[in-house]
Amino acid sequence: MLSWIVFIPVVVGLIGFLLPARVVGWWALLGSLVSLGLAIALVAGFDAAGGALQDVVDRSWIPQLGVRYQLGVDGLSLFLVLLTSVLWAATVLWSALQHPDRPRNYFFMLGLAQTATLGAFLAQDLLLFVLFFDLMLIPFYFLIGQWGTGDRIRATIKMIIYTLIGSLLMLVAAIATAVLSADAVGQVTFSIETLRQFPLPAGSQYWIFAFFSLAFLIKMPAFLVHGWIVDAYKACPLPVLALLSGVLSKVAAYGFLRIVMPVLPDAAIHFQDVLLIIALASILYGSAMAFTHPDIRLIAAYSSVAQMGFITLGIFSLSSTGGDGSVIQMVNHGLVIAPVFLIVAIIAERSGTEDIREMGGMARHAPVLAALFIIVTMALLAIPGSANFVGEYFILQGVFETKVAIAVVASVGIALAAFYALRMYQQTMHDREAAAGVSREIAFREAIVLVPLVACIVALALYPGLITSRGTDAVDRSLAAVSTDASPPPEALAEGGWTGYGPPLETAEAPR
Amino acid sequence: MIDTPDIDYGALAPIIALTAGICVVLLVGLIGPHGRRGLSSALTLVTLGATAGLMIWRLGEPDVDLVAGALRSDGLSLTIGLIVVAAAAFVVPLQLRDPAAGESGFGESHTLLLGSVLGMVMLAEAQNLISFFVALELLSIPLYVLCGSHRARAKSLESGLKYLIVGSIGSATLLYGSAFIYGGSGGATDFTAIAQGIGTDLADDPLILVGIAFVAVGLAFKVSIAPFHQWTPDVYEGAPTPVTAFMAVATKAAAFAVFARFFIVALGPSSDQWQPALAALAAITIIVGNVGALGQGSLKRMLGYSGVAQAGYMLVGLLVGSIAGIDALVFYLAAYTLMNLAAFAIIAIRERETTLGDDITAVQGIGKDRPELAWPLTISMLALAGLPGTAGFMGKLFLIEAAVAGDYTWLGVFIVVGSMISLAYYLRVVAAVWMRPAPRLAPAIAGAAPEAGADGPLPSRTGTRGRTPAGTPSGGRCWLLLGVTLIAAAATIVFGIVPSPLIDFSVHAGQGLASMLGL
Repeated sequence: MLSWIVFIPVVVGLIGFLLPARVVGWWALLGSLVSLGLAIALVAGFDAAGGALQDVVDRSWIPQLGVRYQLGVDGLSLFLVLLTSVLWAATVLWSALQHPDRPRNYFFMLGLAQTATLGAFLAQDLLLFVLFFDLMLIPFYFLIGQWGTGDRIRATIKMIIYTLIGSLLMLVAAIATAVLSADAVGQVTFSIETLRQFPLPAGSQYWIFAFFSLAFLIKMPAFLVHGWIVDAYKACPLPVLALLSGVLSKVAAYGFLRIVMPVLPDAAIHFQDVLLIIALASILYGSAMAFTHPDIRLIAAYSSVAQMGFITLGIFSLSSTGGDGSVIQMVNHGLVIAPVFLIVAIIAERSGTEDIREMGGMARHAPVLAALFIIVTMALLAIPGSANFVGEYFILQGVFETKVAIAVVASVGIALAAFYALRMYQQTMHDREAAAGVSREIAFREAIVLVPLVACIVALALYPGLITSRGTDAVDRSLAAVSTDASPPPEALAEGGWTGYGPPLETAEAPR
Repeated sequence: MIDTPDIDYGALAPIIALTAGICVVLLVGLIGPHGRRGLSSALTLVTLGATAGLMIWRLGEPDVDLVAGALRSDGLSLTIGLIVVAAAAFVVPLQLRDPAAGESGFGESHTLLLGSVLGMVMLAEAQNLISFFVALELLSIPLYVLCGSHRARAKSLESGLKYLIVGSIGSATLLYGSAFIYGGSGGATDFTAIAQGIGTDLADDPLILVGIAFVAVGLAFKVSIAPFHQWTPDVYEGAPTPVTAFMAVATKAAAFAVFARFFIVALGPSSDQWQPALAALAAITIIVGNVGALGQGSLKRMLGYSGVAQAGYMLVGLLVGSIAGIDALVFYLAAYTLMNLAAFAIIAIRERETTLGDDITAVQGIGKDRPELAWPLTISMLALAGLPGTAGFMGKLFLIEAAVAGDYTWLGVFIVVGSMISLAYYLRVVAAVWMRPAPRLAPAIAGAAPEAGADGPLPSRTGTRGRTPAGTPSGGRCWLLLGVTLIAAAATIVFGIVPSPLIDFSVHAGQGLASMLGL
């Protein structure tokens, strides 16, 4: 089942090369709907009770190197897989309606990207994860480079060098993890489940942690290593950008939860403050830039930096509440940022510019578009009642439990989110009508993609919203059913080889 | 007293087959005015096929010493031999429409090619200093000639001469070093006897130390390890593209085989003392090669520098001195052969189709109208850069794992740092293929030189440039060549997803060395 989910998109893309160019988009859509259906079936058949991996696939792959083909799904990855499938289906549908140049290549690259992303979410072997993680770059490189705008060649080279610096160092780190723990394990293995039972000595963990973190922080991107996003986001075709920002950044955050926390626990505790400060800096910097920048794409991009900062903050609060919040926030943010970029595409097409100062009055003849946008905006700024509010609330609560000072500063970020989100909405939709550009109602081919996505946001907002009103205790338990497993009982941690180092139970957001 | 040698014809069969093939091809080449192109190519391919078949048969047989211990047929020599033969078999269709081969005669070109292959096969088998040197010369001399075989191009002649001079210096250094080792080890020429003769501590014997340094330098010239790499880009650029392709992969494979055998068998006991020196060389090579490739406009020069960098990666597998390292080295060589040959084939095809030579503009925009050329080139560039899903990724993974296991984690980091730098120039090619518009140019016409304007033609020969004996223009599509190129590219992907067959193949090499060391 999991192998099907992972490989259907790329196989569909390959078959697309044999089809006539005008049907290839619809063929790709069919493929992405099939994989969406499988993902929904996966969620439906998921057993919410245990925290263990489900639907495990475990085959020998490269026995000589101890690499196995291991896939599995648990509460951490379940909704990220669904998110990936939903956003890909949306993007494929959007693109199929837009008729890109060279459609066979375009949809093949989209399929390859989906395979790589799903593979990264489902891989349970460290090396398999690294492989899929690196593989994600190639299709996005081609998508931006071939169908992008502006100075795309420079942008792609910058993007690929930035991100591969991290990814390749992560490859060394992964190999080192396996080889250095080979003595304790008895053989070279990359299985995450096995490696977590044999933690490395703290000294080795520290540098391996540094390599992994660098890779993930660049991918997110976090403050200091965000240099690639400006060019890449500017050059990227907007439907692809919805994926880049909506899903790819989540793989990085997911990597922290899947790999760093279980395999390198000592280092995670050791470097907690460093990562928290980077996360905080990302929130403040991202918010400030989003508030001041005139380019609407970059407003969304920097808001993404800030949001990823929140997610990192929750993860490195090293508390189960914060971890829960991060997992739900990953899904929320993916669901919100993708429609933002699609709406940006609509607005930019109508006003002929991406400069927010030259826009305005879009809502005049387009009430439906404005309504959709306001829902998305409200979710983006995490208004109480939205699912994002739940996520951010949990993240902050998790941080308050451990690091009060950081939590106080981070709260400012929420207020800033309201500033930049509303500014973006206001200056495009309201204000004086711009000289250039036309206010036109949303077209059917746009609505058919946007409306389901917004419906997902609303649905997700309604359900956790009901839950929060019943009190925090229930939230923690209920969240396990909705998005992720909450903290496993202490005895389960002990069995899993949890070293019990540091704050014993609060570190329990580690996945089981 | 003289023992009558017991000749193992079975183990010698690949060498015998090659030698017989050389004689036949040379004689056939003399028939007819221009050497029969098709017949000569077919006979060369038959020879290579027979040799490969015999080698595959020998892979299942036990390891044996040959020719009174001068050669050794084992896993290492056979795997490397197969890589070399495969590379040569790829080059034959590449030469079919090559102006250089047409001009100098197909029979002669193929004879020289086979002669070089014979030298490489023997070099991979060599296990004493004499056969080592003889095989190295047998490998090199035909290549000097082949490099200069495009007589109408000044650059080709320059390349041949440059290679001859630099190669001779390398050979001389190596010979000199061998003499020192012979003296210092108490008159031993066999690698195993040298190991016993010089013991574990090199520091107290300057004679041996100098000898080893000289041999290492001589080998470094052959595999183009920095700082002995300066000839590489010039020679690669000037030589006819099929010859460059052959040199880039096959010479490297054969020289690395004897490099490994010499250092791990003859100098194995003293590995602690030479490892740091080679590690430093590897690190320098990785940086120099990758940085040098950055600004190159000529694709062949770029691949020349990239070959330097790749030699640095491979040296890491060698210097850790473990069996796993040798497996990784041979795996990487096999992967490198696949991806490099595909790239050179595309360059050669574009050289004949356009008037831009091997400049990067020649491949601009081919993604749009020539996808069958664009995909192999893209795959090979991504594989050379070591991106996942390709054999290049698996090769680097294998090398890094060997490096980490051999306590050379920092070299593993160097490999990835090098890969990052390399992305800048490999992706430049990919970007040219897919993301830039095709340059406006007229298709190559009959008799027009592919490199017109790129370098000064020699006036006296201008009239015959670019002609094959049959009088066909050097342009035109060759389905055989396209087919093998696509196979190489497809194999790069397949071995990137299912690497186990190639790993099983390369493990033979490690077993061969292990049995030689008595492990």
